[in-house]
Amino acid sequence: MADLKTNFAGIESPNPFWLASGPPTNTYGQVAKAFDQGWGGAVWKTIGEPIINVFSRYGSVDLGPARMMGFNNIELISDRPIPENLKEIAEVKRNYPKHAIIASLMVESKREAWHEMVKQTQDTGADGIELNFGCPHGMSERGMGSAVGQVPDYTCQIVEWVKEVATIPVIVKLTPNVTDITYIARAAVKGGADALSLINTINSIVGVDLSTFEPQPSVAGKSSHGGYCGPAVKPIALHLVSAVAGDPAVKIPISGIGGIASWRDAAEFIALGAGSLQVCTAVMHYGFRIVEDLIDGLSNWMDERGHRTLADIRGRALPRVAKWEDLDLNYHLLAHIDQDKCIKCELCWTACEDGAHQAIRRLPRNNGGPVVEIIEEACVGCNLCAAVCPVQDCITMERVPNDYPAVSWKEYAAGKGKLAPRSEHFHTANWSPSAKR
Amino acid sequence: MADFDFADIAPPLTPDYALLEANKCLFCHDAPCTIACPTHIDVPAFIKKIATGNLRGSARVILEPNPFGHSCARACPVEVLCEGACVLNDRDEQPIKIALLQRHATDYVLERKLKLFQAGKPTGKKIAIVGAGPAGLSCARDLRRAGHAVTVFEAKPLPGGLNTYGIAEYKLKADVALAEAQDVLDLGVELRLGVVVGRDVPLDQLLAEYDAVFVGVGLGKTKALGIPGEDLQGVVDALSFIEHLKTHPYRETSVGKRVVVIGAGNTAIDAVTQAKRLGAATATIVYRRGEADMPCYHYEYELAKRDGCGFRFNAAPQRIIGNGSGGVSGLEVRTGGGNETIPCDMVIVAIGQGARTELTWPKEDPRVFVGGDCANGGAEIVNAAAEGVAAARRIHQRLTNG
Repeated sequence: MADLKTNFAGIESPNPFWLASGPPTNTYGQVAKAFDQGWGGAVWKTIGEPIINVFSRYGSVDLGPARMMGFNNIELISDRPIPENLKEIAEVKRNYPKHAIIASLMVESKREAWHEMVKQTQDTGADGIELNFGCPHGMSERGMGSAVGQVPDYTCQIVEWVKEVATIPVIVKLTPNVTDITYIARAAVKGGADALSLINTINSIVGVDLSTFEPQPSVAGKSSHGGYCGPAVKPIALHLVSAVAGDPAVKIPISGIGGIASWRDAAEFIALGAGSLQVCTAVMHYGFRIVEDLIDGLSNWMDERGHRTLADIRGRALPRVAKWEDLDLNYHLLAHIDQDKCIKCELCWTACEDGAHQAIRRLPRNNGGPVVEIIEEACVGCNLCAAVCPVQDCITMERVPNDYPAVSWKEYAAGKGKLAPRSEHFHTANWSPSAKR
Repeated sequence: MADFDFADIAPPLTPDYALLEANKCLFCHDAPCTIACPTHIDVPAFIKKIATGNLRGSARVILEPNPFGHSCARACPVEVLCEGACVLNDRDEQPIKIALLQRHATDYVLERKLKLFQAGKPTGKKIAIVGAGPAGLSCARDLRRAGHAVTVFEAKPLPGGLNTYGIAEYKLKADVALAEAQDVLDLGVELRLGVVVGRDVPLDQLLAEYDAVFVGVGLGKTKALGIPGEDLQGVVDALSFIEHLKTHPYRETSVGKRVVVIGAGNTAIDAVTQAKRLGAATATIVYRRGEADMPCYHYEYELAKRDGCGFRFNAAPQRIIGNGSGGVSGLEVRTGGGNETIPCDMVIVAIGQGARTELTWPKEDPRVFVGGDCANGGAEIVNAAAEGVAAARRIHQRLTNG
């Protein structure tokens, strides 16, 4: 069986699955239960001067009958006294010495305040510290959270203060609510961060109640922008993890966060460079028990693919993240419809006709034969038909071989390399529904 | 029997289930379900509207081409129409529950008495409609929407035709049929009940007084068996039996202990299942031909089997045997193995209806339009609705262009 043991910036855990800082890591009872069920680590809900929360804190985006496709919150950091949190962290560490326990911290931007908080935290025996520079709501209005993480100088400054006293690894949690996350990542590195974690939640308004016009989640008729998370944000998180992991100026471990709900999500984050994984929304939806399949699915997949350790897969997709200008213009694809599998819904036709390149022809339904066929000279291999097709493997994208060596836009624009011949229809200007008929 | 089970065989979807089901619909282009529907309801469109929570809009999509979308949702043979055509069948899955989704949307407007259609600006034209069944009222609705004055003549004391009087109770109850009819009448249709055109009022009089006449009178009486004993007490025709059940408290419809239903069409199935549910110890279909020849839909056959009804195939009725005091004691049938008597105390005849005898109409008169069972020989509600709507369109064209 695959070895899932994780060493993240010196923090060891039996597997890479950590609970992200949030409601599931608020108390000893929750974290202990999670560890009993198999979670490898936990980042404690952010500790700082206790806050007072509002009632009504979460909003959900449902996709048809699927609940919590996206999720947001306007909850603040821990509302429990600092000593109480620290005492429970110490207890968890004492009772679960092999699990990773990391304290998430957020205090006002004063050197002494951070020194004091870090020292007290270290006394608990915690394995690491995560600096919450990411929460986009509430705390940012008080000059903390993303108010720090959106300004490279502030980020660097506070990391420096923390590192002045830190004896355990310091992870900086990054906000995605910036124009270019690598600037912040580099600032954290400059300040001496041992690792990064990303993404924190994305600024959002989750919806509006159309009978009252109250934005959601409503607090006495009003709402405030909150942090968006859940499966919907995974693609954004994957991109930002890859951007940071691929930045030669960063080079420190990355804990991946953002919409992880299955082992597949986890494997994708690892492949794009994540050294550990943090999960929150999926646990808020389904409970700690989901870790069983996270572990089981990941190790089965690794076994099937012959990957023995996480190091074998970490960053494997990174070299394949390229600039557009480096993509091969001579790589041609053609959609292929398996007519035996086709159920004749014509979704591919309507998508291609209205939404893409008018490269599918409809045939009369009453003939009993196929109702759609690819117009090969017009198909630009865009994948849309395969994406909308409701039957697995019915529409596949087939390689159209040619004898031309790969040529990128960068090369082509510089006068190097030749483009393989393309149908004149590949240029939309030469192909329209009226031209076709 | 204290309790009778005439609850809906297809109970309504809960809102959660409707949402789940609506989201399963692929939203096909040029959808086979829509093609299969005689009224060509844009099925993917109405289902999509359920998925977005636009139930009023959904009902409008249904009722615009089919004024009888409520009763069709309950009594349409969807397994051979829209649901049978659903592409999910080809993905080896259950089709979308189109009928139940249609009911979900149409119940929404019926329960709230939402008025989706309005009468048009008066044109000064008058149309007489003979028969207040699905064909006649479908025609009436669209003529009123076009602004024509409409008078409907109905022989029965209530409107709705077979929807009110002739559909198995567990599929469609009279209150729904009447509410659906009322929806049409509320557009300002004049309704004359208890008038038999051809007996009380001659058709020529209507042709003299109105600009056009639509005939949607349905079919006539159940055909006679033409065998001895047909006049015995305890021999009833299926439609009268079902009509009595639907217009009286359940306990007031008498049913035998051992009931035989002659015929194997959908009406025979309605009769045999209703007899069983009224308390018959045995209720048996007797059919002169084989199982594969039964004209009823497969789904209906399954319903009857599920209700514990019996089937005797290749048994041709020869005579109904009296019990000596005017009643029935058995049905003699001819089988491959010779003649045989099936003991019974009630015989329900369901071998199809004949044409109306009290009314004939000129085939060539351009002012006369026909639709529904009397035109198509007996079909579904949805066919009657489609023909009524089509006739309204043709009448409107004639009255406004010619």
